[in-house]
Amino acid sequence: MSKYLLIVLAPLFGSMIAGFFGRLLGNRLASLVTIAGMSVSALLAIITFFEIAVGNGDPVRQEVWSWIVSGEFRVSFGLLIDRLTAVMLIVVSGISTLIHIYSMGYMAEDPDQPRFFSYLSLFTFAMLMLVTGDSFLQLFFGWEGVGLASYLLIGFWFKKESACNAAIKAFLVNRVGDFGFALGIFTIYQVFHTLDYATVFRMAGTGQYPQTVDFLFWGPVHTMTLICLLLFIGAMGKSAQFILHTWLPDAMEGPTPVSALIHAATMVTAGVFMVCRASPLFELSETALTVVTVIGAITAFFAATVGLVQNDIKRVIAYSTCSQLGYMFFAAGVSAYSAAIFHLMTHAFFKALLFLSAGAVIHSMHHEQDMRKMGGLRKKIPITYTVMMIGTLALTGFPFLAGFYSKDAILEAAYAAHSTAGTFAWTLGMIGAVLTTFYSFRLIFMTFHGRPADHHSYDHAHESPWVMLGPLMVLAVGALFAGMLGESMTHLGWFKSAIFLAPGHDAMEHAHHVSAWVKWSPFLMFLIGLGMAWLLYVRMPELPGIIAGHYRATHRFLLNAWYFDRLYDRLFVQPAKLIGEGLWLTGDAKIVDGCVNGVANLCQRWAEQLRSLQTGYVYHYAFAMLIGVLVLMSLYT
Amino acid sequence: MLSLVTFLPLVGALVIFFAVKESAKLARYLALGTSLLTFLVSLQILNGFDSASAAFQFMEEAAWLPAYGITYRMGVDGISLPFVLLTALLTPICILASWESIQTQVKGYMVAFLALESFVIGVFCALDFILFYILWEAMLIPMFLLIGIWGGKNRVYAAYKFFLYTLGGSVLMLIAILVMGFKGGTFSIPALMGIPFSFGLQVWLFIGLFSSFAVKVPMWPVHTWLPDAHVEAPTAGSVILAGILLKMGAYGFLRFSLPILPDASRFFIPFIFGLSLVAIVYTALVALMQKDLKKLIAYSSVSHMGFVTIGLFAFNQQGIEGGILQMVNHGVVSGGLFLLVGVIYDRMHTREIARFGGVAHRMPVYAVIFMVFTMASVGLPGTNGFIGEFLILLGAYLANKGVAVVAATGLVLGAAYMLWMFKKVLFGVVRSDEVAALQDMSMREIVLFIPLLVLVLWIGFYPAPFLKMMHASVEQLLIQANTIKAGSAAIAMF
Repeated sequence: MSKYLLIVLAPLFGSMIAGFFGRLLGNRLASLVTIAGMSVSALLAIITFFEIAVGNGDPVRQEVWSWIVSGEFRVSFGLLIDRLTAVMLIVVSGISTLIHIYSMGYMAEDPDQPRFFSYLSLFTFAMLMLVTGDSFLQLFFGWEGVGLASYLLIGFWFKKESACNAAIKAFLVNRVGDFGFALGIFTIYQVFHTLDYATVFRMAGTGQYPQTVDFLFWGPVHTMTLICLLLFIGAMGKSAQFILHTWLPDAMEGPTPVSALIHAATMVTAGVFMVCRASPLFELSETALTVVTVIGAITAFFAATVGLVQNDIKRVIAYSTCSQLGYMFFAAGVSAYSAAIFHLMTHAFFKALLFLSAGAVIHSMHHEQDMRKMGGLRKKIPITYTVMMIGTLALTGFPFLAGFYSKDAILEAAYAAHSTAGTFAWTLGMIGAVLTTFYSFRLIFMTFHGRPADHHSYDHAHESPWVMLGPLMVLAVGALFAGMLGESMTHLGWFKSAIFLAPGHDAMEHAHHVSAWVKWSPFLMFLIGLGMAWLLYVRMPELPGIIAGHYRATHRFLLNAWYFDRLYDRLFVQPAKLIGEGLWLTGDAKIVDGCVNGVANLCQRWAEQLRSLQTGYVYHYAFAMLIGVLVLMSLYT
Repeated sequence: MLSLVTFLPLVGALVIFFAVKESAKLARYLALGTSLLTFLVSLQILNGFDSASAAFQFMEEAAWLPAYGITYRMGVDGISLPFVLLTALLTPICILASWESIQTQVKGYMVAFLALESFVIGVFCALDFILFYILWEAMLIPMFLLIGIWGGKNRVYAAYKFFLYTLGGSVLMLIAILVMGFKGGTFSIPALMGIPFSFGLQVWLFIGLFSSFAVKVPMWPVHTWLPDAHVEAPTAGSVILAGILLKMGAYGFLRFSLPILPDASRFFIPFIFGLSLVAIVYTALVALMQKDLKKLIAYSSVSHMGFVTIGLFAFNQQGIEGGILQMVNHGVVSGGLFLLVGVIYDRMHTREIARFGGVAHRMPVYAVIFMVFTMASVGLPGTNGFIGEFLILLGAYLANKGVAVVAATGLVLGAAYMLWMFKKVLFGVVRSDEVAALQDMSMREIVLFIPLLVLVLWIGFYPAPFLKMMHASVEQLLIQANTIKAGSAAIAMF
């Protein structure tokens, strides 16, 4: 077994051992087994990263085994490790390992720990399959696999009705996205007769494919636009983009380490990864790129507005994640793929940090998540406060921290794209930057500053154990330095063959040369946001209530996340139930069975009538015979 | 060899019928032994099967009624062999599943079950149309008895509905078979594949066969017998019904309609697609609202079989291979799901979804197995359901994009009703004393699921050997199905 394969499989082994023998091993041993599996994976991932990304190693391609063969259609399980994958390996294996360790502390009182760690490792396996795949079908395998793990982990506390519902919602909304994704894969096969990345990308590059294909009632459409838009529907589901975003905030029902790993650092970024991986296709469709840019920009703005008014500490961070994913998408949309991946990487560090710190806060407050009941905690849990502050500064783009480099790279690229969509994205991105800073510091101020709102829980608040604080510190180091160290990623050609840029798509190149005011304006946005948050939540804490009361409709609109849940319930859920009931009770029971039973009744009635003919009277029969003979004679004469 | 695998269960049934007096235990062990032996023989056939050849293998011929051109003729190819194996695998599982739940007239039950196995395997091996028809009809009798005697409260209504529905279709099929035989001068199925019928005649023959196959599949709107039959049938009856009997209809399309009546089959593609799409969406929506666990799975079967018929009529390698594989998958998965319902029914004597809730707390092993089958039913990659559905949808997409798009909505709806059901049954808090008193699965029960679980994952991760078995035969079938038979020399109706 090659070491690359072991990166992927080690978490699976851990998961299986913990899953099957968890009861024998006990909580402690089961979690240690999965951590061991993760550590092997992470260690090898780091070695691989140094080989391929730091050193100048060539991309690795290995076929593992033949998966599906039917006629001309053949797909294998395989490995493709280039610089793009190497970055993802570090992020996925590294952060997953830290979160496994953290969970030992966070889940210490849970009786079902083997199951939890088994799911967590299973997730990591699926995610690694997703990023190492060498074909669209293996991508899809990982894609749905992480969906399963996400479903299992959101519903981990399956006693809670709300957790179960959130799990189902996440699975179903993702299925809607996967519906588009699957159609995209079918179209790729129809056009290229293979799903293998290398062949598809090569043929796309040389233009050896039909430029238009028929699609439903649209008639001939641009091939690449169709493929990319269908794939992007999948990305919208997985990465919780505007329209298909509704599952992500609800997913916070899962344990907090899950939110950090799956719903912040890794799984939700799969859509961004996919768009970057498929850059040789996306680059060939301006329409698709514009759609990606616009949807990303809208999400970046929309989620930030909703984040302004949430009171659940995890929901604020969830909307923040949604918003940051929007940034990554519009970066990809303006062909700044390297900036998108750069931000994906830095975001993974500081967002996992924020979630885990929030988890530490929740842990110290005995599972209280409402920020209105917190306050003043910085004195009680100073370490948590410090690392969370680092995460917040990194997110909001404080100079020389992670977000400062990556978010600015995205905004500069959007500005430098000099397209309508790019400018649109830049504008919303700048507004989003203010909002991001505002809600992030609102969270900090409400939780850690001011006076304690609930003295009982304040008095009992305690710093988390070292097994939790340790991973937080490692992530904090990442949030401090990942931007500085990773910036070279955005230089032209760093990703080598992994990312393809069409001629003229040079936003990233121009981004390095924009004027100083463009470079520093995000920092201005940071200052504005910080000032507003300070004013409203430190200087005049009574003001937010007054504003909310004054603009009640707007406040409600934001609090209910633009009423998307209600809209979808009325538009899809209720009608589906009504139609289902109607088809069952009317269609099946009345019409179809009505006909069947009707035919049976009809037969019975005919039989009754026929029976009444057989009266037993001889003269009846004689009469009938007479008529019969007469009819026959008249016919044959 | 084929006669052995076909009639071994019947011999076992006869032995039990005549030799066993009172002992239920002896009847059980004899039945299990016979069915396991049959399974071993079927594996031996698989071992000797040459998957590179598209020809019928293990051919057996004996004169039967030479005056009418009727011969005893058996043979298998890559299309029928999977179903022979599936039947031989599911029967011992069913007998083991009935070990404790069937306590009345055990002897009769086992006899009926073995006879059923015998006839069903015969249906898949028969290469003479009259032989096929006789076995096809004969199989109804034990099934009718299984539902009518060992079924639930409303069993008599369900048994009659099942019997009349299928018999009604069979009458038209018999006419079609007789016309085909007399016009073509032979009842030999391989020979008939080469005989050209005119287009008009093909259309009528297709309709005749269709009316029987469509009921069996079942296709919308002749599906309403299935939920009733499932709800009333004993667990093992449901497993065989969903696992094997439903496959006979789709097998009929593959074995007869496509190669013998290719022009009519192509003509009816839009019609079949239409009915299948309605089946997928309609029954998925209906399944969403079911309150009875078995009814929900029964409706999901109709929806899944809609995928199968789409795959078969996509007229390409991916569609047809996906269709055959999906039939096997559905046999494994819905068989597993019905067994799971049986496990809980044996404990709580109810199938009403609302009465469960929180079962996972009391039965963790059960919950895990249930989850695997649920995911297979939903078509998650890594399970067998994915491979089948993916190939079918790919085939459909290459044939007709609109059909694939509508069919793919079934993936979303299928996930909706399965996950909803799973949540209602297994998740949540324990609300009733009945649930609180549940015991997790016994070793005997777990053993039942192991072969099915192995197949779910094996086909999910390494379907190549299963698909390889079919390649040659499907390739040949495609050639046959794409030829134009209705030329000038064709045999017309009058």
